[in-house]
Amino acid sequence: MNHHLLMSGADGVDFMIHGIFSYNLFGHEVWITTSHVCLLIVVICLLIFFFVGGQVFRHAKAIPGNFQCALEFAVEFLDGITDGAMGKKGKGFRNYIGTLFLFILFSNISGLLGLRPPTADYGVTLPLGLITFSLIRINEVRFNSPWAIWKDKCSPLPPWLPIWLPINIIGDCAVPVSLSLRLFANILSGTVMMALVYGLLSKIAIGWPAALHVYFDLFSGAIQTYVFCMLTVTYIGSAIGDAEETVFKRMFKKSKEKTA
Amino acid sequence: MEFNENFILGCSAIGAGLAVIAGIGPGVGQGIAAGYGASAVGRNPGAQGKIMSTMLLGQAVAETTGLYGLLIAMLLLFVKPFTN
Repeated sequence: MNHHLLMSGADGVDFMIHGIFSYNLFGHEVWITTSHVCLLIVVICLLIFFFVGGQVFRHAKAIPGNFQCALEFAVEFLDGITDGAMGKKGKGFRNYIGTLFLFILFSNISGLLGLRPPTADYGVTLPLGLITFSLIRINEVRFNSPWAIWKDKCSPLPPWLPIWLPINIIGDCAVPVSLSLRLFANILSGTVMMALVYGLLSKIAIGWPAALHVYFDLFSGAIQTYVFCMLTVTYIGSAIGDAEETVFKRMFKKSKEKTA
Repeated sequence: MEFNENFILGCSAIGAGLAVIAGIGPGVGQGIAAGYGASAVGRNPGAQGKIMSTMLLGQAVAETTGLYGLLIAMLLLFVKPFTN
């Protein structure tokens, strides 16, 4: 009775992740869930898209057709994201940002096809946030000397007084959590809203929820994709700082100058 | 102390309602950001694209606190952490 009091008349509402089958992995019960299946569908769609796009670019024409135009626009847009925040140094990150953008975009839009968006599962967004986190930290070490990093971590106070250090470190560790939770909560709220519309108003939900899909799936999904990629680029750019070359290259140059 | 499960669920619903009050802050903040964005476009219509992207980025970051409130509300309503 207790459930029914809270969710009275809401039996048709369903936005949870369901298990499909379970198997044993080293003594743990592991489930293959609906988000795995949706993820697989999204990845297959992406692979087909990439294959077709690659074929189009291989036989590129001087006067581009519609599809080639769209692809060129997409590539230019994705390059613009990295170039705007990092300039020349952004070249190495184009591949990652482009892949990330298309993956998150396809995942968010997959709600239009009746799938449960894979990004509405925290198990999908947290790894994306962790990849971004490791990229930030690795590039910080690659481009800055240890002393510069130490100075940066103690930043509002002088480097011999590391009182602010733990607060800065907590702030750094909050980055992947907030990144992934932002994407997850936005997409989940859209999913819950659509599930409520279809579950509670199932008798009159004919046609007009399409307008809601445009907002919750297309608009919100596209904005969140853009924000995730922009924030990733901005964080990496600020971790690199003003350095033009990696630490190794600078050391190599110095030793060359000494020997010469 | 043992509580009746219905009592816990009712309190969870009240807590969920209180948690979504967190939406006030981001709403006000995003509105202010949008207002300044509009006035910036009015002053410099040529830079509309850059102003739009900066505004959306700031708004999305400001939205995070409201989303945390929403997450807490959803946890209380659907995951029911305080019931057995």
